[in-house]
Amino acid sequence: ASAAGNPAGPYDTTEEQTPYEDVTSYNNFYEFGLDKSDPARNAHTLQTRPWSVVVDGEVHKPQTVDIDQLKAWFTPEQRIYRMRCVEAWSMVIPWLGIPLGEVLKRVEPTSRAKYVAFTTLVNPEQMPGQKRQVLDWPYVEGLRLDEALHPLTLLATGLYGRELPPQNGAPLRLVVPWKYGFKGIKSIVRITLTERQPPTTWNLAAANEYGFYANVNPAVDHPRWSQATERRIGEFRRRPTLPFNGYAEQVASLYAGLDLRENY
Amino acid sequence: MASPPLPWLKPAVLVGGLSPLALLLVQGLQGELGANVIEVVLNQTGLLTLVFLLASLACTPLKLLFAWTWPMRLRKLLGLMAFAYAVLHFLTYAVVDQGLALGRIFQDVTERGFIAVGFLALMLLVPLAVTSTNASVRRLGFPAWQRLHRLVYVAAVLGVVHFVWRVKKDLTEPLIFGAILALLLGIRAVEAVRKRRRVRSSPRPA
Repeated sequence: ASAAGNPAGPYDTTEEQTPYEDVTSYNNFYEFGLDKSDPARNAHTLQTRPWSVVVDGEVHKPQTVDIDQLKAWFTPEQRIYRMRCVEAWSMVIPWLGIPLGEVLKRVEPTSRAKYVAFTTLVNPEQMPGQKRQVLDWPYVEGLRLDEALHPLTLLATGLYGRELPPQNGAPLRLVVPWKYGFKGIKSIVRITLTERQPPTTWNLAAANEYGFYANVNPAVDHPRWSQATERRIGEFRRRPTLPFNGYAEQVASLYAGLDLRENY
Repeated sequence: MASPPLPWLKPAVLVGGLSPLALLLVQGLQGELGANVIEVVLNQTGLLTLVFLLASLACTPLKLLFAWTWPMRLRKLLGLMAFAYAVLHFLTYAVVDQGLALGRIFQDVTERGFIAVGFLALMLLVPLAVTSTNASVRRLGFPAWQRLHRLVYVAAVLGVVHFVWRVKKDLTEPLIFGAILALLLGIRAVEAVRKRRRVRSSPRPA
């Protein structure tokens, strides 16, 4: 898509975009506090430069790359995606980013690579929420390699044509639009390709509520609330939640033969 | 000495108790409640329900511990305000959040423990609000009325369980409510045991 904000790419939604103000003031980022308004208030302590990302594990060309170097290797693309939180609210966000697959191809995964593990920065001085053991720090997430290579999967560096604000996961965060928002790990410092399925933070915190896949699925409820509907931020009435958050056409085939009730 | 009449006491508590609601309305109208207004209203009305429920349950312990009589004159008002906030909380969920989708609400109440527990707490408060008048006390007789109103202990426990169950990760806040409730019920339990001992050890007629 073009950077001007007009949807043109094959993956862009034409739905009304959530205002910048809401996207940057209503965040789940427990490293900066538990309230939705905490990250916008507290995340200014995050130092996003210099920032380097380690890419290692089952790759032929492991490396540590500076964030600006990484951005210079590729041309950031705009992608207008729906974002569905596991808490049953949603937004439409124009991201700027690099397809994760392009980054992975550059480091050449070995034949043993089956999964991709992501790690967030640990720094309680910069991330005051880490002074309390609310979750096991660092926040970790993971994808199957084929999910990571899917063209929809993005490493975001910006939104609304601007730098990513710290409360949204600067300088580099994952965006997987067909999965619940908590898969979108923020402020990434390490990307490791692995042979085995990596642990994920919310799965470790409550395995019966949050699975490894976390695909948006209106038919599989969270144990404590229904996932059949959602509230689009800014709207009054709930709307039905779509399988794979409306991206079924592009991604459903990745899960052929997999029981999505078991693998939630 | 008899306690002073304090004529301003009830109006002050009424105004103080309704001011968080007024603030919520003003902030809502001015667009100051953030991106998810319904979530804020749900959380605030739920929190206020528990605050007033605990406040109403604190009146008797204050009388027992400090021999203050004025809190007892506020007990009914505090209880009714807890009920009013509980009803607002439920209506926000049922009408605003769920858009009165009765099938979905029924499913929530019957299948989801945390909603079932909250709903049950509200249902237990209904007969207490209905029989809160002096006429009801006379009609039922004080012992029966008092037995009925002990349901508030169950409702408060269920309310705190509802809060604990709802929280995604950090339990600090609901556990503070739980600790205060345990203290208030504990004081009553100690007093009940002492009363029984007193009755047993008092000289009986031959």
